[in-house]
Parts: sequence; structure tokens; C-alpha cells
Amino acid sequence: MNISDKLTKIIHYFQRSEKTAQLAKDRLQIIIAHERSKRDKPDYLELLQKDILDVIAKYISINKEDVRVEVVEQKEGCSILELNVILPNSADARSL
Amino acid sequence: MTKTIVITSGKGGVGKTTTSASFAVGLASRGYKTAVIDFDIGLRNLDLIMGCERRVVYDFVNVIRNEANLNQALIRDKHIKDLFILPASQTRDKDALTPEGVAKVLEELSKTFDYIVCDSPAGIERGAHLAMYFADYAIVVTNPEVSSVRDSDRMLGLLTSKTKRAEEGRDPIAEYLLLTRYSPKRVKKGDMLSLTDVNEILAIPLLGVIPESQAVLRASNTGEPVILDEKSDAGQAYSDAVARFLGEEVPHRFIAEKSHWLKRLFRLKEKEAV
Repeated sequence: MNISDKLTKIIHYFQRSEKTAQLAKDRLQIIIAHERSKRDKPDYLELLQKDILDVIAKYISINKEDVRVEVVEQKEGCSILELNVILPNSADARSL
Repeated sequence: MTKTIVITSGKGGVGKTTTSASFAVGLASRGYKTAVIDFDIGLRNLDLIMGCERRVVYDFVNVIRNEANLNQALIRDKHIKDLFILPASQTRDKDALTPEGVAKVLEELSKTFDYIVCDSPAGIERGAHLAMYFADYAIVVTNPEVSSVRDSDRMLGLLTSKTKRAEEGRDPIAEYLLLTRYSPKRVKKGDMLSLTDVNEILAIPLLGVIPESQAVLRASNTGEPVILDEKSDAGQAYSDAVARFLGEEVPHRFIAEKSHWLKRLFRLKEKEAV
């Protein structure tokens, strides 16, 4: 080990390392909020979204993020299936 | 009325079995007839932590398959007379545990026992699912570390949807947080999630904080649950947690860093001066 290696080791020893707990907390809060929002949705929603995406992709090139399927709870014991599709500006239909 | 408690966490290695053993000892030593069941089929370990590994003859799966009756499989604890252990099977058959079988065993136990402690395996497979399915209470064991906290939150989601109580629309399972391997020193340095941080994220009542302690490894080495080591910090913390579970109000210890011996000496002098 040469002198500069030793020196960096010594400097490293005296440097106060950054506090990491806050970062851990921030990361956890984001990922857990995200996972909780998915938790209450019915299991078939993801599969449904994939199928719808596949059908649309047959005709239009589209990103996965541009299709959103959601179940909105209504008051009187019924729910509404909400489908949101953002089409690209020049919806270039594939020549089939 | 028998109360069924599941000790769960999602993540492995956070202290479920240590907690199950100590909790069962704690309840039984207060006079409640208690059974503790190892749900980790294929990876039996509660017997080692309870120090009865050489007395296992029949197991949980033998009882389910009617190869032995419950009394033959239950192992009486060597220290406490009201405590019994039902060891897991070492079979590699993943389907050995059935909902009907588990229901049958729990029903039979509930005729004579006050508490049934279910030691859940890690993960979210069958063993973990069945350990929580019949529970009235859940103790979620969590380390102050990101993957453990995330997995605990996942388990909380399952506890509110995939259990008998949830399916029957009864009162939900009472959930409690047990924070283990806590190091106040590292929290103070800013390198470990604090009790407040974890509590804020998981948002369930806190049952106790078990400090990172050398006593836990010593206890598993000897096969005597750490709660029996009354002089140790972890042992005392488990006793406190059991007391809180039974409704006693006990202040939290071991959540602040021990002050330096010089400071303590100084404070002692100050007191004497007053």
C-alpha cells in the first residue's frame, strides 16, 4: 500500500459520513404509498389493462403509461370502470 | 375464549421465531395455558430456539394427516408447565399444510388453551398465509431497515384482506408493531430509521422495541428463549412487550442511547449534591 492510499484512508476515517436514515425514510414513504394505492384495486385490473393495451397496440403504437384503467367507487353500491387512453399527436395507424 | 396470535414479518431473519418463543414463554409464565406452533414446514427451527429439538417425535403435519394425535405431538416445555410446543414437519411436500388441517388442529387446541402463538415462516406462501389466516391478533416483527419495513407493510395489506376475519366481515385482526434489532446509538448518528420513522410509515400501535442485543444469540445458542434471561436488555424488553399485550401500561425502555459512564457518574454526583 502506498502513502497516498494510506492518506485517503486516514482522511476517510475522520470524515463524517452522511446521514442515511432520512434518505431511507423518504424512499420508503414513496414506494409504500405507491404500493398501497395498488393494493385496494381488484386483481384482474392489471391483466385487463394489459389486454386493452395489446388490442390498442395492434392499431396504434402506444406507450404502456398512456393506458390507464381504474375502478372508481360510486356511492350506490356500483363501481365505474374508467379507461383513459392518451393517443400520440399524430396517431400513426399501422398499415395492416 | 382462546386467542390466536400470529407472529409475522414477510422478510426473513428479523426475529419472528425469537419473538414467538419469548412471547409464548411470557404468556405461559403468567399462568395462561399457551401453545406455540411452528408453521415453517420443511425448515423447522422453533424447536431449537425453545431447546426441545431432541424431544420431537411427531409434528404438526403428522397430526393433520391423522398419523398421530395432538397430545402425542405437543411437547411440554421444560421450564414452564403451561407451555406446549407443536413442531413443524421436515417434509418437502409443499402441500402438507391444508386449510382444513390447520383449522382442525387450532379448533382442538382452543378447547383447552388460552393462547395459541403461530410462528409464521418468511415470505407470502402457503405457510405464511395459513399462519395468519385464523388469527385474532398479529404481531408484525420489523427491523429498522428499508426492506423489512416494506415487507411489513405488505403483510399488513394481507392481514386486512386474506384472513378469515376479513373474509367473514368480522372485526379486523388487531395489529401490533414490534421493532427488533434496534440500535439507539445508530439512530442518534442518523444511520438507522428511528422508532418514530417506522411508526409513522406503518401506522399501527407499537407493542415494543427490542434492542440489538448479544443476549439474543446467546439465548439461541443455549436453547433458552431470551425472555428467560431476565438480566438482559432484550429479555426485559420482551417482558415489557408481553405486559403491554395483556393491557398493562409499561413505559418504553431501551429506546434512548445509554449515556456515557462519565456522564452518568457526573449526574450521580449532581444528585448527591442536591
